[in-house]
Amino acid sequence: MIHLNKGILLCCAVLLAMPLATVLAGEAKSGYEYIKPASRAMQDDDFENPGLLAVERGQVLFNAKQRGAGKTCAACHGADGAGLNAGNIARYPVYNEDAAEIVTLQKRISRCREQNTGSKSLPADHPDLVDLETFVRNRAIGEAVNVQTDGPVAELLEAGKQLYNTRFGLIDMACYHCHEMYPGQMIRGQKISQGQANGFPAYRLGTGEITNLHQRIQQCLTLMRAEPFAADSAEIRSLGLYIMSRSNGLPIETPAVRY
Amino acid sequence: MQLHKILVLMLLACAPLPGMTSGQSSPPEDYCQWKVVDYTIAQPLCGLAGDPQRGREIASDGSRGNCLACHQLPIPGIEAYGTIGPPLAGIAARLSVPMIRLRVVDTRNINPVSIMPGFYRDPQLINRPGKAYRGRTFLTAQQVEDVIAYLATLK
Repeated sequence: MIHLNKGILLCCAVLLAMPLATVLAGEAKSGYEYIKPASRAMQDDDFENPGLLAVERGQVLFNAKQRGAGKTCAACHGADGAGLNAGNIARYPVYNEDAAEIVTLQKRISRCREQNTGSKSLPADHPDLVDLETFVRNRAIGEAVNVQTDGPVAELLEAGKQLYNTRFGLIDMACYHCHEMYPGQMIRGQKISQGQANGFPAYRLGTGEITNLHQRIQQCLTLMRAEPFAADSAEIRSLGLYIMSRSNGLPIETPAVRY
Repeated sequence: MQLHKILVLMLLACAPLPGMTSGQSSPPEDYCQWKVVDYTIAQPLCGLAGDPQRGREIASDGSRGNCLACHQLPIPGIEAYGTIGPPLAGIAARLSVPMIRLRVVDTRNINPVSIMPGFYRDPQLINRPGKAYRGRTFLTAQQVEDVIAYLATLK
């Protein structure tokens, strides 16, 4: 009798613990799993996915000499970026120890462009830079996101996590409220996702524009009726790094289709 | 010279301030203090009386209360509701008006990690508000009382 009771208790404990453990482990799920079937079909079809237009614009910029430039990106990295390494692309944003700063993929492209092709400098998130970022990230489609989380970057990552858990704006919510407490629930007609970054830059149905992760964070903060962090600011880089690190292991989907 | 000045002033008066959307064009109202006693706010905000009909409109308006973003409401003809918060049908049968008032004004007095915005929090407690929203509450005191008056009809 005692044994039977213990057995039942154990069974109950295991049954209870299993789904709980799955939830607590926080299994990362791409935003792809939360969007509507029609949006998934749009993403999967190269003729339907409007994000591919940004990839094509980026490809043209990559292969052609840009204003004031002495040479093209393709001169070093091969036509259409054939020489680019998908594994390296998947590591962004990376930490630059010499400058003690976070370097996003766009920043890396922007600096390479200025220093090695002699192109005119462009401000952060300039449409040409977002197109180039989208093109280069798309070269690594299917590669698992692989952001470094230990070593000297840990401190900046922690700063990003702090921001992720801080309430902002008149609506007074933190990122974690929607994207950790309520993924899968509906906010009006839209399903809340985990806010994963593996599909970015992504084509946003809500705005009809290609949007990189930093721009998406700014748009979310504006929606919260908060003052968004400035482009390329230390805050947005830390927050972007933390959000991308949550996506470690998820395949790159750029350009994803997202709401 | 005088005419020039007048013209400039007229232009300025007509130009909307950046970041302002409908309902935000008036300057912020004075904030009324409220007091929590036994998980209730007994006194109406600023001593105002609410109107349930206006409250229903505010509750279902995406640019004002937007209760529907998270809650189901017994309003026919609404296509999509949120599922984050509990459905509000019958709320007044479960909670008294002073209990409802605390939840609409600032539910964090009950649950500190709640996702629900405080619709009448002290503007000084808001972290990094957008330029157009500085010094403002989410809803005005009158709007909050209107929403409460509407919720009080859901028995």
